[in-house]
Amino acid sequence: MAGSILGNRVIRKEDPKFLTTGGEYVDDLLGEPLLAGAAHVTYVRSTVAHGRIIGIDASDALSAPGVIAVYTAADLELQAMPATFNPGAKRTLLASDKVRFVGEPVAAVVTETREQGEDAAEMVVVDYDMLPVLVDMEEAMTSSTIIFEECGSNVVFDSTALGMPDNTGDALFEGCEVVVKGRFINQRVAPCPLEVRGSAVAWVDGRLYQWLSTQHAQGAKDGIMATLGLSADQLRVITPDVGGGFGAKIGVYPEESLLGMMSKKLGRPLRWRETRSESMLGMGHGRGQIQYVTIGGNRDGKVLAYQMHVLQDCGAWVDMGTILAPFMTRPMSSAVYAFPKVECRTTSIVTNTTPTTAYRGAGRPEATAAAERAMDMFALEIGKDPADVRRMNLIPKFLDKHTTVIGQTYDVGDYETALDKVLAAADYKSLRAEQAKRRASGDVKQLGVGVSIYVEITGGVPPMGETAKIEVQENGRAIVYTGTSPHGQGHATSWSMIASEQTGIPMDMIDLVWGDTDLVPVGGGTMGSRSLQQGGAAVNLASIELVDQAKKLAARLLEANEADIELDRDRGVFHVSGTPAIAKSWADLATAAKGDGGLSQESRFTAEGASFPFGAHVAVVEVDTETGKVRHLRHVALDDAGRVLNPLLLEGQIHGGVAQGTAQALLEEVRYDSDGNPITSNLADYAFISAAELPSFEVVHMETPTYLNPLGAKGIGESGTIGSTPAVQSAVVDAVSHLGVKHIDMPATSERVWAAIMSAKS
Amino acid sequence: MTDTTGFYDLVVNGERRQVRDSWVGESLLYVLRERLGLMGSKGACEQGECGSCTVLLDDEAVCSCLVLGASAVGSDVVTIEGLAPHGAPTDVQLAFVEHGAVQCGFCTPGLVVAVHHLLERNPDPSAIETREALSGNICRCTGYGRIFAAVETVVALRKGAGK
Repeated sequence: MAGSILGNRVIRKEDPKFLTTGGEYVDDLLGEPLLAGAAHVTYVRSTVAHGRIIGIDASDALSAPGVIAVYTAADLELQAMPATFNPGAKRTLLASDKVRFVGEPVAAVVTETREQGEDAAEMVVVDYDMLPVLVDMEEAMTSSTIIFEECGSNVVFDSTALGMPDNTGDALFEGCEVVVKGRFINQRVAPCPLEVRGSAVAWVDGRLYQWLSTQHAQGAKDGIMATLGLSADQLRVITPDVGGGFGAKIGVYPEESLLGMMSKKLGRPLRWRETRSESMLGMGHGRGQIQYVTIGGNRDGKVLAYQMHVLQDCGAWVDMGTILAPFMTRPMSSAVYAFPKVECRTTSIVTNTTPTTAYRGAGRPEATAAAERAMDMFALEIGKDPADVRRMNLIPKFLDKHTTVIGQTYDVGDYETALDKVLAAADYKSLRAEQAKRRASGDVKQLGVGVSIYVEITGGVPPMGETAKIEVQENGRAIVYTGTSPHGQGHATSWSMIASEQTGIPMDMIDLVWGDTDLVPVGGGTMGSRSLQQGGAAVNLASIELVDQAKKLAARLLEANEADIELDRDRGVFHVSGTPAIAKSWADLATAAKGDGGLSQESRFTAEGASFPFGAHVAVVEVDTETGKVRHLRHVALDDAGRVLNPLLLEGQIHGGVAQGTAQALLEEVRYDSDGNPITSNLADYAFISAAELPSFEVVHMETPTYLNPLGAKGIGESGTIGSTPAVQSAVVDAVSHLGVKHIDMPATSERVWAAIMSAKS
Repeated sequence: MTDTTGFYDLVVNGERRQVRDSWVGESLLYVLRERLGLMGSKGACEQGECGSCTVLLDDEAVCSCLVLGASAVGSDVVTIEGLAPHGAPTDVQLAFVEHGAVQCGFCTPGLVVAVHHLLERNPDPSAIETREALSGNICRCTGYGRIFAAVETVVALRKGAGK
């Protein structure tokens, strides 16, 4: 018997297509017969951040070459729809009364070619009465200008309104020898998947077919059904290859929901694909918090109390970004620490900027960054090594449920081992010695070492389960249907490994189907690092139950007791114990079952709860004290995702996460001027991290399996992003802390670092 | 009014292809995709910042979004579809699979073309030279680490083969 395939470095089945002819993304569907003769949609977008619409004049555009139609909210009879998380906020999917951010769709132009659409959209004249613009959250909190009037305030969501306790102020820190306060900006960033948003629609016999670049076809279907007033059988959402999502393709956007409506009016299929500049304005942004943090404790390093007030920027809609602070940042505010007292209040505020949404980590990177910055500032204040101070305050190892002071229950954790391992791998002592040498010699280039320890929530979005179906065909091939939605994660490989392990059907005889709501009506998509622990576990369960079903059938065909039937996984055949020569293959069984409903098993796996992966990172940077230039020299990452299914895929997730986390620490920031004009709205102005700016990654292995699923797997999709950002930021501050610098907000650009050094000197 | 309709032939992946009734302002990327149906080259920024549309134009790597289709007349254009014309994957493609250098796949065609171009010019690039050469091809998924590993493998293999 060959050993298990699980845990092996298995190369991806998906790759050959991507490497030879390229994947087939939504903009590549020229060969789809249902889309033959499709017209193109281009949206006219608001050029002002806040204003009343006085009039829209489309007459010039209507006579431009190739223009088929121009639609406004009035033309489509759009009704104002309330936001899920605050019904006081209402908008029409094309702006009608007001515009609230630059880039908000105001009208749609339908043309024969895409280029004609770009020209015609420029010719639609929109008159605005300008309103005061609120870009800054703290200004918006107190301003008399209200972005959504019916809300009565720009504060649209507050944790205290949910019954979560308010912070008690300085009283929490009575008895502390040392109290340190900080105001940290966890800046707004752009998810920037390489494939921008896009969709195509066609009406077929009264049913809408919608191809969509999404992380969650089933969720998108619900959203589009609600917008268009369709029943479930009137809509089919199909997911082609998806060129990255990072959270920003979880929800459905107005530009996508409107396509079916316009296609119906015109009786023609439609295609829409935004430009990068549109994407930077229209696709949701991530992060966007200001954190007021206080930490107090004793001079020996013991922390006694930790308090945070998070201000979350919603942008100009009460979308998913609104609730990340109360439901993802707040529960993680105890972090990896046994702080005896923890308080966290979150306040979500609308501004005249692009709405915020989930972005890789989605609320947890913010929690980790706050706690880790606070620990560094506390350690600096008492003059102790930041790794030592962390160690003194860690939650001790636990392999069964642990509930933190803020009230979140974690599954397993061994933070001290993670810290020890990562410090050893980085040779922390030598790094400190080298740093001391450079400090003593007054070297222009100073060394900085940043340590972070984190814990995060994965698979935490209800319902915490997933469905899988496995179906064996008469030729012996198996089809796995999954409710997850891969867009780079390699599920075709992973799910084949799991199904093959249980059934003995070779991996190359297993195909994967996802993201088509006719074929997979129920599914939770891919988000929140849920896929393996729930979707993979469902494939595992369906495969086991399929084998049981096959054994019953084999027993009948071989005229034996079911208990005597064995599955020979190496050969992929069933036989009676002791007589391997007389066997039934999967193809035999599928053929025999043909008239009897076929050989197929659908199963649902439900997890008891979320899992809490953890890890520790060490970043090493060099800072030029004369120019502020930061070089990221090394990055050592330990990310414990439980039992590893495929190290190749695991490393890919860690590397990508670390790159994005580093990008936030050093480079990337979405910026607006005071009038709300975006000034980072293409890839030339937005500092997307490139191959030239990253160090080699050193990955340290650690596996602490969870008991929450039979695979022992926790999520890995976001961990790298969560651990890396604070480590890199800390390293930069650490490099210049001996000069009197205590904190530098992200991104730690040369200009900011230089300014911090200058300000500490004076 | 000036006639801006284009009638021209392009040599793409060794084949002469006709472009008819196009607007002469169309980029090479647009012509390859929408006129010739070669969807392998991807557009992710259309301003030369991302490298997803990289093709070889007379053996030079270019962003096909910044080149006019009509200006490629008389040149040899090689796209991702033409790197392995006989069906056998190239050493670069194989190394990408071996090292897990592909995730969502959107930047992949441009990167594979760029790596081929790099190793044709410089068969033994240093780590810094590889990073510099690929810095015009951005990738959001991989963090580039697995791509560098793939490049190193191809360099070692080609050195071995040359002995």
